Amino acid sequence: MHLEMNTRPRLAPGCRLSDSERSPRMLQMPERALRLNGSSLEIVTRCDGSHTVRQIISELQKMYSKAEPERVEKDILGYLSLLHEQRAVDFADEDAAAQE
Amino acid sequence: MTATISTPLALIAELTHRCPLHCVYCSNPLELQSRRLELSTEVWSRVLKEAAEAGVLQVDFTGGEPLARPDLVELIRVARAAGLYVNLITSGLPLDERRLAEIVNAGLDHLQLSFQGAQEDAASEIAGTRVLEQKLQVIKWMRAHRIGFTLNFVIHRQNLNRLEEMISLGVESGAGRLEFAHVQYYGWAFVNRQLLLPTREQVDHSIRLLQQAQAELRGKVRVEYVTPDYYAKFPKACMGGWGRRLMLITPSGDALPCHAARVIPGLKFENVMNLDLLRIWRESDAFQRFRGEAWMQDPCKSCDRRTQDFGGCRCQAFLLTGDAAATDPVCSLSPQRPRVDATLAALNNPIAPSEAIAFDAPTPPAKISWAYRRNPA
Repeated sequence: MHLEMNTRPRLAPGCRLSDSERSPRMLQMPERALRLNGSSLEIVTRCDGSHTVRQIISELQKMYSKAEPERVEKDILGYLSLLHEQRAVDFADEDAAAQE
Repeated sequence: MTATISTPLALIAELTHRCPLHCVYCSNPLELQSRRLELSTEVWSRVLKEAAEAGVLQVDFTGGEPLARPDLVELIRVARAAGLYVNLITSGLPLDERRLAEIVNAGLDHLQLSFQGAQEDAASEIAGTRVLEQKLQVIKWMRAHRIGFTLNFVIHRQNLNRLEEMISLGVESGAGRLEFAHVQYYGWAFVNRQLLLPTREQVDHSIRLLQQAQAELRGKVRVEYVTPDYYAKFPKACMGGWGRRLMLITPSGDALPCHAARVIPGLKFENVMNLDLLRIWRESDAFQRFRGEAWMQDPCKSCDRRTQDFGGCRCQAFLLTGDAAATDPVCSLSPQRPRVDATLAALNNPIAPSEAIAFDAPTPPAKISWAYRRNPA
């Protein structure tokens, strides 16, 4: 499954954000947890099955307006691929296919 | 000077030793705790809140069979409300559709379903009861709930030749994660070691198959495996280091640094009925004993790997050498490694039967005689 601009990533079953009152925020998965800093937390909170990759990129480009937009896009795509490889996010269309 | 004490990351809550299965490698101790000693719902609830306050991220409800506790749904709810990631480790046997819905609705994050094999006959021999059909049913219900789950296959000499079938079953199940764990030799598995320990050929073959599955399934299913440390060059970082990351609470409330720690003579365990969790973590004799490096002997004491594997497993060191502070004897640098090699040599190069017994009438192949655990009262 390729990562496309209109893909809608969402957290895979068994993966969720730690409760907001606990600090630091973590992405919790079976047997492990990833610590989330500013931008990774912004990306993961948008992996909700409704934001497209394009929307995530454009929202973060606005949020990090001092950074080069191409750099922001490249980092987001890299991070989403990593999360996908680690089975932390599903890309919505493939998840629907898996339900067949 | 004592070592810096980190926060525990996971709490292993062994709710009960009762279980419908009798697995020949069960991680419960040989002396099983009876039902009347089990902690109440109130005490477990307090322990779960204390764990979250101490910084614990995840609770693993296990047993025995944790579903044997009628208050499991309530404990899941309490754990989740306290902010913990809630994992249930189960055989799936006592589950029906309604109970699964209840535990999912209570906030379960992930379920780990244990498998004894991919065929009913083989799985039943290991578990001492029929199990497979029910587990396949549980998988169907879990998929309907879109709950995250792992299938955990325990592998050993008697089922390694069916590893490919287990991998296929795992892939078809829709699990996000597959775990293939070679038996570790403590407790019941130590008693049954001669029947469980795989041959070198089996180990090499299994690792090749699992690496291949890992590569093929990347991005689809996470495949993880635990190698049998008797065949390793260096020991495992048991529990991520003694008293560094994990804490186990037994059904009666004793706090242990690992499943097997009770085999080590002279360790004094605190009980959650008497002391809060963080104080136990920081001060208990059992947790302090093998923290840091002060207890280490040579070769560990001066070894570069001591910060990676922490000297290996203390329980294994005791079981195989009689000294819990010795270097884990599976380490190739350990002066006691020949003991492990002798065990492996006996298995891999069996001596041909002598001519002398050829006069006896041919005997049928001996039936495997397992030591099965019982169900505690």
